[in-house]
Amino acid sequence: MTLATDDGVAIRAEGIGVSFGGVPVLSDVTLEILPGEIHGLIGENGAGKSTLGKVFGGYYQASTGSLRIFGEDIPKWDPPTALANGVAMMHQELQLVPALTVAQNVYLGLEHQSWSILHRDEAGRLKKLMENSGFELDPNAVVGDLPIADQQKIEILRALARNAKVIVMDEPTSSLSKDEVDQLHKSMQTLRDEGRTVIYVSHFLDDILAVTDRVTALRDGRFVKTSTTSDESRSSLVSAMLGGGKMETPFPAKMRPAATTPVLEVEDLRSATGVKGATLLIGKGEIVGLIGLVGSGRSEIARAVIGADPAISGEVRLNGVPYADRTLAKSAEHGLVMVPEDRRRQGLVMTMAVRANMMLPHLDQFSSVGMVKTAEEKSRTRELIDHLRIRPAAVDGNVSKFSGGNQQKVLFGKWLVEHPAIVILDEPSRGVDVGARERIHEAIAELAAAGAAILLISSEIDEVLGLAHRCYLVDRGRTVEEISPEDHTEASILSALFQHQAAVNTEMTS
Amino acid sequence: MSWFGFARFFQSYAVLVMIVLLMAALSFMSDSFLTFRNLLNILNQNTPLAIMAAAMTLVIIAGGFDLSVGSIFAMGAVCSAWIALHVDPYLGLFMAPVIGLVLGIINGFAITLLNVHSFLATIATSLIFKGIAIVISDGRLIPVRMDEFTWLGRGKIGGAFISVWVMIAFALVLSLVLTRTTFGRRVLSVGGNEEAAILSGIRTNRIKIATFAIAGLAAGLASAIAASRISLGQASAGTGMELQAIAAVILGGTSIYGGVGAVWRSVAGVFLLALINNGFNILNADPFYRDLTTGLIILAAIGISASGRR
Repeated sequence: MTLATDDGVAIRAEGIGVSFGGVPVLSDVTLEILPGEIHGLIGENGAGKSTLGKVFGGYYQASTGSLRIFGEDIPKWDPPTALANGVAMMHQELQLVPALTVAQNVYLGLEHQSWSILHRDEAGRLKKLMENSGFELDPNAVVGDLPIADQQKIEILRALARNAKVIVMDEPTSSLSKDEVDQLHKSMQTLRDEGRTVIYVSHFLDDILAVTDRVTALRDGRFVKTSTTSDESRSSLVSAMLGGGKMETPFPAKMRPAATTPVLEVEDLRSATGVKGATLLIGKGEIVGLIGLVGSGRSEIARAVIGADPAISGEVRLNGVPYADRTLAKSAEHGLVMVPEDRRRQGLVMTMAVRANMMLPHLDQFSSVGMVKTAEEKSRTRELIDHLRIRPAAVDGNVSKFSGGNQQKVLFGKWLVEHPAIVILDEPSRGVDVGARERIHEAIAELAAAGAAILLISSEIDEVLGLAHRCYLVDRGRTVEEISPEDHTEASILSALFQHQAAVNTEMTS
Repeated sequence: MSWFGFARFFQSYAVLVMIVLLMAALSFMSDSFLTFRNLLNILNQNTPLAIMAAAMTLVIIAGGFDLSVGSIFAMGAVCSAWIALHVDPYLGLFMAPVIGLVLGIINGFAITLLNVHSFLATIATSLIFKGIAIVISDGRLIPVRMDEFTWLGRGKIGGAFISVWVMIAFALVLSLVLTRTTFGRRVLSVGGNEEAAILSGIRTNRIKIATFAIAGLAAGLASAIAASRISLGQASAGTGMELQAIAAVILGGTSIYGGVGAVWRSVAGVFLLALINNGFNILNADPFYRDLTTGLIILAAIGISASGRR
């Protein structure tokens, strides 16, 4: 037990333990967060980093151990108390009121008022706040209309408006583009320079290395180490996370597909959703990547190809045969399927079991006269569970209780049930742990080796470069350049993308 | 069993636990409760509502609400009595479910074509259907004193009313539809996550229309049984039954957010409500407290159901 005064410690966590339904998620975690530092929390998914962040923010109660906040023991630690003590939490899933404006959201609960009549001065207050924080947003924009990146900024501003001394950010960059991430890092540094503390929960090691002062690694709910970030490297952090000095996982070897006729051809595709001229082709056994910044229209191209959104013009050909009036059901019949980017919203039905989720698009094949063939469903589900190493390996397991990585595998497996010919993968490894990511990458390579044509979309450029045989750069809904991954690095791709952007800008001004 | 497992179990079987407790209490308090005659009566009186609640379960699981089934019931009762009187009694009984089916399909199209919440659409169609029933019946009762018409509600097979067998068969079929068929799987997915269902190639609008069609068919069938039993068709029949049916579904632990539920539990919910009613009757309790008691029990059931959700 600490008897010493907590001078100079923002948060002291002593022997923190948390369990959900009897399963320990965190056990005996002890660490110190100092004022005026950016403190990274890293670990695989399921290691407990988000849970620890939420304990700091008051969202989870520790069943054992204690928290001292700026030297004070606070017996009841919940979100309002945390906020009152200067600890704010920025959630992975944003908690904003979509119908209110930016300014109204930032000052929600802090409005100036007399006799319950609002002064309606939030916009002015927000402008002042933004001048000091380097964020730029229209205070009167309605939040529901803004992209996720902007909504995230609102969450930060909300914490600043509450004069938070410690801000916990849970995976804040997962939906930001590269320059938005840089901007967020700058804001973190500004916050630190003002003497505030940022707790940065992330699975992007490069981000953690780039901006944090100190970093704490967790593994299986236990504390591994806290160290000065400048003493660490990517591989030293990975081995701390994985234990046993395991190196960062390489991508599976690329199998060159034999030169064949294209399976999927897309020509000058346009849609009302922002696709403004997409042209690409994919051959049998080929993995083709789409690379673009967030908002470049990568997912929209995929949706227009598969028929989730209607196209205005352009042509899609499957094995050389034009495919017009596309619908999702028809695409599935042609063996053209898409693993959507957002597994919670678009992918899985959380109220249904693993088997029911996987079989959802294939009910007609696994039934006779409308009756589900349970035994066949179970055996195919079992095969995919084994193939993708889904854990827990329960055919009728409750997906809503699975880890992100295993949910993603279920979603992936859902589209492998009928051996598809063309698979569009949108963010196949977003928010999953290292182990699941590795298995998903192997499965993608195996799928291509077995002859499927794959369109791979990811905001992680190294992922696309590591897996794809060819790539197209996408800018503002258009495919602008075809590149070979061997000739490029993440940095050279980014500069190419920025060049295309700049080219469009000069065209527009001239 | 872990605490979570227990909560889950209780959420699923709360309605059965309550029925058993209530039956034990009532048999203890009154000799006239636990008699074959009384139990059969309860069953018989509630077959129309049970049929409607069974179908309402599918609507709610698919993420909808049908507030028009009471009015479809009125239309069915009036039309079947009118047809029985003016054309043929058998045809009258047969046409009630058919009319219900058609009205249910109209509901489904109103909801999917206008792209409005089913709550709003069925409030509107409910007034329209009720209005047509009043016009057809000219605001009067339509008595049909013919054995060819009353056999469905009053006749017995194997010691139990025909209508009870019809209800049991209907609930069993719907239960199988929900748990064993591709349609049932699709209903669960539409309510659980409509966008994921759409991206899985499911034509979600068709599924929704089908659930409302089934709810309409059930209301029509229920009205035929009720009109046959009292040998009367009237436009005021079925008033408030839509809310009783929804209450029974919720009592059965089906989530009002959709995606989760079971048909048999809604039928059990109907009998829980019926037992409360029956208890007041046979105990000669002050009927002024009946609504109050029913409301408290529904509130308790919702509380249990909400506590199991995270």
